[in-house]
Amino acid sequence: MIPLSYYLILSAMLFAIGAAGVFLRRNLITILLSVEIMLNAVNLTFVAFGRFAGDLDGQIITFFVMTVAAAEAAVGLALVIALFRHRESLNPDAFTTLKW
Amino acid sequence: MPETVTFFLFAALAVIASLLVIGQRNPMYSVLLLIASFGALSGLYIQLEAPFVAVAQIIIYAGAIMVLFLFVVMLLNAPKEDAAEWDRTHPLRQPGVARWGTLLVGLLIVQLAMALLAVREYHTPVGAQSDATAVNSVAEMGRSIFTRHTFAFEATSILILVAMVGAVVLARREGDQ
Repeated sequence: MIPLSYYLILSAMLFAIGAAGVFLRRNLITILLSVEIMLNAVNLTFVAFGRFAGDLDGQIITFFVMTVAAAEAAVGLALVIALFRHRESLNPDAFTTLKW
Repeated sequence: MPETVTFFLFAALAVIASLLVIGQRNPMYSVLLLIASFGALSGLYIQLEAPFVAVAQIIIYAGAIMVLFLFVVMLLNAPKEDAAEWDRTHPLRQPGVARWGTLLVGLLIVQLAMALLAVREYHTPVGAQSDATAVNSVAEMGRSIFTRHTFAFEATSILILVAMVGAVVLARREGDQ
């Protein structure tokens, strides 16, 4: 049986990778992918704690996180498409003005 | 211990694939590698006695969300990042910001090390205090979603409706009416 702490450390590593991606990458699509990595790291924590506590709520909140992630991806990608039409670029620095 | 072997296999796959996702210059490869990472996480969910979450991970994440990303990557025909130029102009490359960032990362590592050293029960197995049948029943999970969590479930459906309408409105060309 794997100790709970292994799952938590793995999840922390994945979350750190996702956060690093958000800060270090300069491509809007990769930034959105990094956000998905972070959401998945949190899901792993929820499921591991749910298994530890013998409780279904960990899995249920994972289900809700997945639906929110799907909504976030749909709206985020629509924004990326709209921005790309204006600037022909995926670099976030191209979009520093709110209005043009 | 086959369980330990599969855990480390899936964990290594997830971490390496995620690292490559943020290390790639080509968004197409990033998306495909992220699918590999999600597949590995799905294997971990099966080890954690969460079959519903494992299957939903494959169907929703790898199947739906990543296909959406792939479509957008192909639709935009996004070029590889202009790596050298974008890296040179990265705000975190400015000396002041870089120094602060290094300081914060150092503090974070110290704090994480202290927190990890304070943990006493490193080796309590994840399933020691409960049996698997308490968490692996999909029927029980459905019952819980539609009784105790009805409000959250209904709120989620409104969220999806809003996201759908929002995505259509945002991605529409300005000329179309």
